[in-house]
Amino acid sequence: MNYSIAFKTIVFKEIYRFLRIWPQTLLPPAITTTLYFLIFGKLIGDRIGTISGASYMDYIVPGIIIMSVISHSYANVVSSFYSTKFQRNIEELLVAPVPNWIILSGYISGGIIRGLLVGIVVALISLLFADFAVHNIAIALSTALLTATLFSLAGFINALLAESFDDISIIPNFVLTPLSYLGGVFYSVAMLPTVWQTISMGNPILYMVNAFRYGLIGVSDIDIQLTFIMMSGFIVTLTLFSLYLLYKGIGIKN
Amino acid sequence: MKALSLGNLRKTYSNGFEALKGINLQVEEGDFFALLGPNGAGKSTAIGIISSLVTASSGSVSIFGHDLKTDRERAKSCIGLVPQEVNFNQFDTVKGIVLNQAGYYGMPRKLALQRTEHCLKQMDLWDRRDTVSRRLSGGMKRRVMIARAMVHAPKLLILDEPTAGVDIEIRRSMWLMMQEVNQQGTTIILTTHYLEEAESLCRNIAIIDEGRIVENSDMASLLSRLHIDHFILDLAEPLKTTPIIDGCQIELISDKVLAIAIPKEIGLNQLFSQLTAQNIQVMSLKNKTNRLEQLFMDLVASK
Repeated sequence: MNYSIAFKTIVFKEIYRFLRIWPQTLLPPAITTTLYFLIFGKLIGDRIGTISGASYMDYIVPGIIIMSVISHSYANVVSSFYSTKFQRNIEELLVAPVPNWIILSGYISGGIIRGLLVGIVVALISLLFADFAVHNIAIALSTALLTATLFSLAGFINALLAESFDDISIIPNFVLTPLSYLGGVFYSVAMLPTVWQTISMGNPILYMVNAFRYGLIGVSDIDIQLTFIMMSGFIVTLTLFSLYLLYKGIGIKN
Repeated sequence: MKALSLGNLRKTYSNGFEALKGINLQVEEGDFFALLGPNGAGKSTAIGIISSLVTASSGSVSIFGHDLKTDRERAKSCIGLVPQEVNFNQFDTVKGIVLNQAGYYGMPRKLALQRTEHCLKQMDLWDRRDTVSRRLSGGMKRRVMIARAMVHAPKLLILDEPTAGVDIEIRRSMWLMMQEVNQQGTTIILTTHYLEEAESLCRNIAIIDEGRIVENSDMASLLSRLHIDHFILDLAEPLKTTPIIDGCQIELISDKVLAIAIPKEIGLNQLFSQLTAQNIQVMSLKNKTNRLEQLFMDLVASK
């Protein structure tokens, strides 16, 4: 059996899906982030001045890009895989000789591609407002890739365990959005009281935002090495957990 | 070669419901096999396990000699499933649905396109290939599922109530299609509530009830066990009283309609002679129930 064909079929199906509904998948982040840049970066940012030597606009651009990558890689997998479950066309895959790791990697790849594509769209829009030279492209790209992978995996697990459409909106609304806003997208954790600085260190999104910010403008509140170790650890753990759920058929088989 | 072999297959759901209580079943290669049973008997659970949609609690499944646990991919490659309910993406085109399924089976693009065209033409859907599937009629959706199940040329095709809810014309055309597929060498397992369908198409049969196989034989010997036929007679003249014929059970349904249960040893000639002797003229005759239906009811009721 040629696994690469099955893998490509899932990935192309996923890409076709989110491109077909581009007004729902690619247009909204473009509009939302334009508003962020206008309101927070331009109107308010001009009065704030600089943070760690960077203009406020330059400071928030990396956070807004990575926030878009997080929400869209997660949303792509959770909505696509849950719809597949809901419409029962997951059975097309379960009946076929497709190994679990191909199913997982196919859907995760779809999430990564959408997350990165949205990141590119937001980055291109940011060029209209910000003006900075990329500090370390390798760190920026690898952070974006690992972040998209991690949240695609999280979306996959959410979709597997979800039993209703409510279940796939709880995590994005009540966990991801607050963690993103509290993840240092619009501020430096150094500006917080000590106790809140300590609490913020428990937010994994803070690490990703800062690593990506370091890659783009060379400014970070966090140790970059620690960020990469943490992201790799999460990815390995979530991959193993996803494969375990698939092996057990949890959420997809009786 | 056995197309399918089930050994002591059991399934207990998490709520404690025991859907299969250790069934053993064998289907020969090339067979057209009926798996029948009332609602909730365990048919769908058995099919779910065979097609990897349900996890068995214990027991073995072997498909063309490939064990579903230890030789999973080869076993799965042999199966095509047409499920009871529509389960494709309603936003995909007809061609996209079949083509994607070929991809899941690892079929190279060129071959997948050829097979998709072949299957859609066979199902009379080629003209609809670019139609978004939600716009299709119920009968067409069922044919899409058959085309999808056949795109990888499976050796074993499982049809789970494929004609449920489709009109008689489409049903008859699907029967012809199924017979054609079977004649080309594909083993078919059919579940249906239309027992006339099973009687017309299938050579062997198993009846499952309450998670157990209650009957497993060839259709001819099963039907030969039926020793009473039920007929409805339309009469030329109205009757006031129910006629009496030795050995037969007769019921006057209306003044010009009789329901008769007649043992095989009496036969229709003797029945008509006796009716004629009583000056009763019969205008037409039809089977009260399908023969298999009668047997099915007897077998399930005897539990």
